[in-house]
Amino acid sequence: MIHPIPSGTRDVLPDEMRELRAITEAIREVFGTAGYGEIYTPALEYETVIGRANGGLRPAYRVFDENGSVLVLRSDMTVPIARVVATRYASAEPPHRFCYFAHSYRGVRPARGQPREFLQAGVELIGAPAPGGTAEALTVLCHALDAAGLRRYRVGLGDATLYPALLDSLGVAHDKRDALLAELARGDFVGLEHGLRELELGEQAIKLLLEVPQQRGGGDVLHGPAGPVADAVAGLRAIRGLLEPEVAERVIFDLGLSRAPGYYTGAVFEVYDPALGMPLGGGGRYDNLLGEFGHSLPAVGFAIGVDRLHIALAAEERL
Amino acid sequence: MNGQRLVIAIPRGALFAETLDWLDGLGVRTDEVRANDRKLLFSDVGLITMRPSDVPTYVAAGAADLGITGKDVLMEQSDDAVSSGGRDVYELRDLGYGRCRMVMATRDGPDPASAALRRLGVIRVATKYPRVAARYFDDTGRQAEIIEVKGSVELAPLTGLVEAIVDLTATGTTLRENHLVVREEIAESTARLIANPVAHKLKAAAIDDLLERARAL
Repeated sequence: MIHPIPSGTRDVLPDEMRELRAITEAIREVFGTAGYGEIYTPALEYETVIGRANGGLRPAYRVFDENGSVLVLRSDMTVPIARVVATRYASAEPPHRFCYFAHSYRGVRPARGQPREFLQAGVELIGAPAPGGTAEALTVLCHALDAAGLRRYRVGLGDATLYPALLDSLGVAHDKRDALLAELARGDFVGLEHGLRELELGEQAIKLLLEVPQQRGGGDVLHGPAGPVADAVAGLRAIRGLLEPEVAERVIFDLGLSRAPGYYTGAVFEVYDPALGMPLGGGGRYDNLLGEFGHSLPAVGFAIGVDRLHIALAAEERL
Repeated sequence: MNGQRLVIAIPRGALFAETLDWLDGLGVRTDEVRANDRKLLFSDVGLITMRPSDVPTYVAAGAADLGITGKDVLMEQSDDAVSSGGRDVYELRDLGYGRCRMVMATRDGPDPASAALRRLGVIRVATKYPRVAARYFDDTGRQAEIIEVKGSVELAPLTGLVEAIVDLTATGTTLRENHLVVREEIAESTARLIANPVAHKLKAAAIDDLLERARAL
């Protein structure tokens, strides 16, 4: 008899599980050594509680409990951990360092490396402001990927406030901004140009708004633009100054990097590997999220998609 | 990071000839592609040929770094409903050629679509672009039953299967020959240069170099 399972989910059998365990054990060692305590939170949360996170991903799965309350399957671990810190660590001295190995759920179109239930290995560093906290997160990220045995990866580093600041400085109205930011998030530079031309900004401004987000590469990217993006670029330069050489050489600066969810407030980063057509992990600063749970603290975190990392490692074996 | 080789997915069919001309302009050698109708993979020049609708699939998966396909294909395959903020492919350039319009057309004479909507509450629409069509009727607040067909869409309204079609037209000749008239214009489409998001970062130098040469054309 063949019994189906829901689209975007799958069974993991011993051969694969052994390999996944080897990856997560190597990463757990790194997280532990760096002082991150492992935690676990319920897969099911109250929609009203998780929904406090402004800019959080919309949950894909909802159910009712016996009292008629709406429960959701978490779409990431960052928001639940923000809830835990506000609830259980309100009087504790920050910074707090947590790590997790847990499944989250999203309503994506199922594909290889893109299941609806996925295992993430990640950390949240709460109470450590930029740039020090960000540099620590990037360092732990690279050490974790190194320990898993991934060799060819690079980390794209940008800032979520950069493009909004640029739009502000050129007088783009707030109600027009969201559509432009959505085009950038989709990587639709043709749509972005159309949107900008409709605003009648003048050729100089349009050129700047199109060129800045396509600047990506080594440290020279950080020398170019001054003016409205200076704050964000200075932030990136400060992070670079704190990185050890092995981590710094992995970094690609990317002035157009933009990441969902929408709660990021500063540096954002993504992990790329030539074996995989999509990022295999990422994260960033979310300095306002804890405040939405009533316990304002600056924070940064990242998550590695364990299945995607596994795919990339398998591809490297074939080289 | 120089000396990176790019793999470019190019569409056979209506955009094929102009795409090869565009590549010639960039200094990419296309003579072997032109000489070989059956061959699909030209690894020494980094070109792979395929149906236009397969181009985004190969690029999204990273099997090709860049690709060229019509905006119509991208519109049909963009998945705004289930996206979680991710993006499949970057759209880098409007290449300007292959211009055509996505239209809603019906038989000539009195508009059967608005009659169906008024009397029966639903328009039946045949199309090869079910997502574009569904989104368009949703956005304009009309109920439509979308019927996906693979072959000649023009046949569907002539046989009474549907009242309207949503299809791509360049000159309008096929529509006219089948006594169909354009009632509404949905979008304009041209050839687009798309990129894999990861390749866009990891092969930035090679991609920017290609874009620079394209700008000089």
